[in-house]
Amino acid sequence: MGQLFGPTNPAVDAGWQHTHPRKGFFTDTSVCIGCKACEVACKEWNHVPSDPDPQLLGSSYDNTGGLGANTWRHVAFVEQDAERIARARRSGRALVDLGMPSVGPPPGRGTAGASAPGGGADGSAAGGAGGSTGGADDYGGLHDAARLGPPVSTGVPGDGPIDTTPPDTPEFRWLMSSDVCKHCTHAGCLDACPTGALFRTEFGSVVVQDDVCNGCGTCVAACPFGVIERRSDGTAAPGERGPQQGPTREGGIAQKCTLCYDRLTDGQQPACAQTCPTESIRFGNHEELVATARERVAELHARGMTEARLYGANQNDGVGGTGSVFLLLDEPETYGLPPDPRVPTADLPQMFSRAGWAAAGMLATAALAFLGRRR
Amino acid sequence: MSTSGFDSYRPPEPAGRRRRKGRRRAGPSRGGGDGSREMPVVPDAEFGSYYGRPVVKAPPWETDVAAYLFLGGLAAGSGLLAAGAQLTGREALRRSTRLAAITAAGLGAGALVRDLGRPERFLNMLRTVKLTSPMSVGSWILAGFSTCAGVAAADEVDRATGSRLPLGRLRGLLRGAGSAAGLGAGMLAPPLAAYTAVLLSDTAVPTWNEAREELPFVFVSSASLAAGGLAMMTTPVAQAGPARVLAVVGAAGDLVATEVLERRMDETVVETLYQGRPGRYLQVSKVLVAAGGVGALLAGRWRAAGALSGAALLTASALTRLGYFEAGLTSAKDPKYTVEPQKRRLAERRRRGITDDSITTVE
Ligand code: SF4
Ligand code: SF4
Repeated sequence: MGQLFGPTNPAVDAGWQHTHPRKGFFTDTSVCIGCKACEVACKEWNHVPSDPDPQLLGSSYDNTGGLGANTWRHVAFVEQDAERIARARRSGRALVDLGMPSVGPPPGRGTAGASAPGGGADGSAAGGAGGSTGGADDYGGLHDAARLGPPVSTGVPGDGPIDTTPPDTPEFRWLMSSDVCKHCTHAGCLDACPTGALFRTEFGSVVVQDDVCNGCGTCVAACPFGVIERRSDGTAAPGERGPQQGPTREGGIAQKCTLCYDRLTDGQQPACAQTCPTESIRFGNHEELVATARERVAELHARGMTEARLYGANQNDGVGGTGSVFLLLDEPETYGLPPDPRVPTADLPQMFSRAGWAAAGMLATAALAFLGRRR
Repeated sequence: MSTSGFDSYRPPEPAGRRRRKGRRRAGPSRGGGDGSREMPVVPDAEFGSYYGRPVVKAPPWETDVAAYLFLGGLAAGSGLLAAGAQLTGREALRRSTRLAAITAAGLGAGALVRDLGRPERFLNMLRTVKLTSPMSVGSWILAGFSTCAGVAAADEVDRATGSRLPLGRLRGLLRGAGSAAGLGAGMLAPPLAAYTAVLLSDTAVPTWNEAREELPFVFVSSASLAAGGLAMMTTPVAQAGPARVLAVVGAAGDLVATEVLERRMDETVVETLYQGRPGRYLQVSKVLVAAGGVGALLAGRWRAAGALSGAALLTASALTRLGYFEAGLTSAKDPKYTVEPQKRRLAERRRRGITDDSITTVE
């Protein structure tokens, strides 16, 4: 039994002898354009069945809903008005003011001057400086979704192709974020699994063995991020299922992102990362990705986007840091992520000890009941 | 806040929009949109969510599992009483409780298997011993208990039928094994009653996780009063004394542990124990526990009154389990129960100057 919480190398902790570097994702939501190529590539490669009950959810362009047994990558769409944008900036600013190490501009400094359009200094911004909307205010040209898409028309004739993409304006922005299993350093799902179906790979990721899982569902409740889910067994009443679908693959067992374990063992990168056109999803050595993520957030702060923050890059957090690190532009809960997740197993020793006391009490009560009165 | 000349063209924000996103607004918006100003000292007392969708997932467990919580507790309490009866020579009590233990354990295990996604793979539960998994630990406890209770019950059936099972010379072996197994079941009974609390608490389901300190005490109490109650119904009063004591102490423990649990639980999450169907179950259960406990204490020596109290306690235990089970499922389905307590505890740690353990960082 390894460590239950705190910083560690999960693969070594799980007993792997060799030193493979830990692999992971860095999902930079500031450059996500919401194309959902990752969702599609994941489904195709992993043979993830379609949603048995597709619906229009009325939540912007998101009709997938959330991660689950049949959705291993999920692109969230959030529409925000000026007030929400302002609130996101304040909350990001507050993180800096908490005294966390920061490389952003000092508090109180105006940010308009920092809004050099384009940028791309981090090498991630493939398209370069396309989308300046003028730099007249501190939002113009900063939002990378616009930057990386086709150039947004400035309205000046001859300024380039006319584009119908709604620009990010001070009054409106669209947050898009591709969510995925976090491949936690301390994975609640893995700790809680009674059969050993879930295991830690040599890359530090967490994978279900389809032929071992008996579908008890313990892992589902144990994941602090609501990622893993038991796939329904595929039996449905007539008429509930489209005619083209056969019985569901791997029905009745827990399913989630595998970090494309099969591809990794062949030296490939996961399908989602390979397909992502904006490099919003990046795959690589966890350590390097975290360093990249830190540089990126520093850069965005320097440019006045104080709403930028990292999620999962801290190995002192409640799950020991995550293998999938995210750069978010608002509070985690806006994207459906828990603001302070804690792996339940971290408290397991105390829970077992409380249960031990309770059990002892029960035994003592029974002993007294029988010995107290000989009748 | 930035303004533009086009602002006047925009229609006013529809009032219903925020509610749809499950957001509660505390007051009018503040300015300072460039983020460079000081953060107000009081954090926003609102919570955001992604279209009101759950953050954590409720386990795919049906009422079967709630039934198991009840039956497992009942089996445990009965096994404990049976061991005591065996040691103190109370034949009638031993008989009824041994049979109760194996019946409840068998039905409970059946309910558990039925709830698996792949019931044919239920033996995989015993594929490994995993101390970090309460489900694994519990499966071993349940398997051990059931085996012991089964042997003890076989012995009991043989005795009850006047040694008519075709055992031949193995009968002596069965008697010995029955006694040893009866004691084994008695030793495994308290862990069997308590582990289900850890099983629920070792999850990200807000109500269950928040209850982790007190839930084991609620569950062993509930198991005790249920088994005591059943024994009061099935055993002549002359031998049911220990069952009455177990029931009364269990009832008192249940009420006290529940009270402590509710007081210490997060102010938002505790709602799930009061509201809706689970709230009603738990409310009725408290009344029945109190009534059954008092009945067992004062009138337990009269068979009819004792049986009635026992029935009340048995029902109460089933309702307690169902109540906590469903309250947990409810708490997982509403993001507010995940987000609000987490934000609060994060803010509390920050207030105490701990800023290095947040999952959100800017460094
Ligand atoms: S995010 Fe959930 S499913 Fe993924 S590794 Fe962590 S606990 Fe397991
Ligand atoms: S559902 Fe499968 S993977 Fe999840 S805990 Fe149970 S056996 Fe393990």
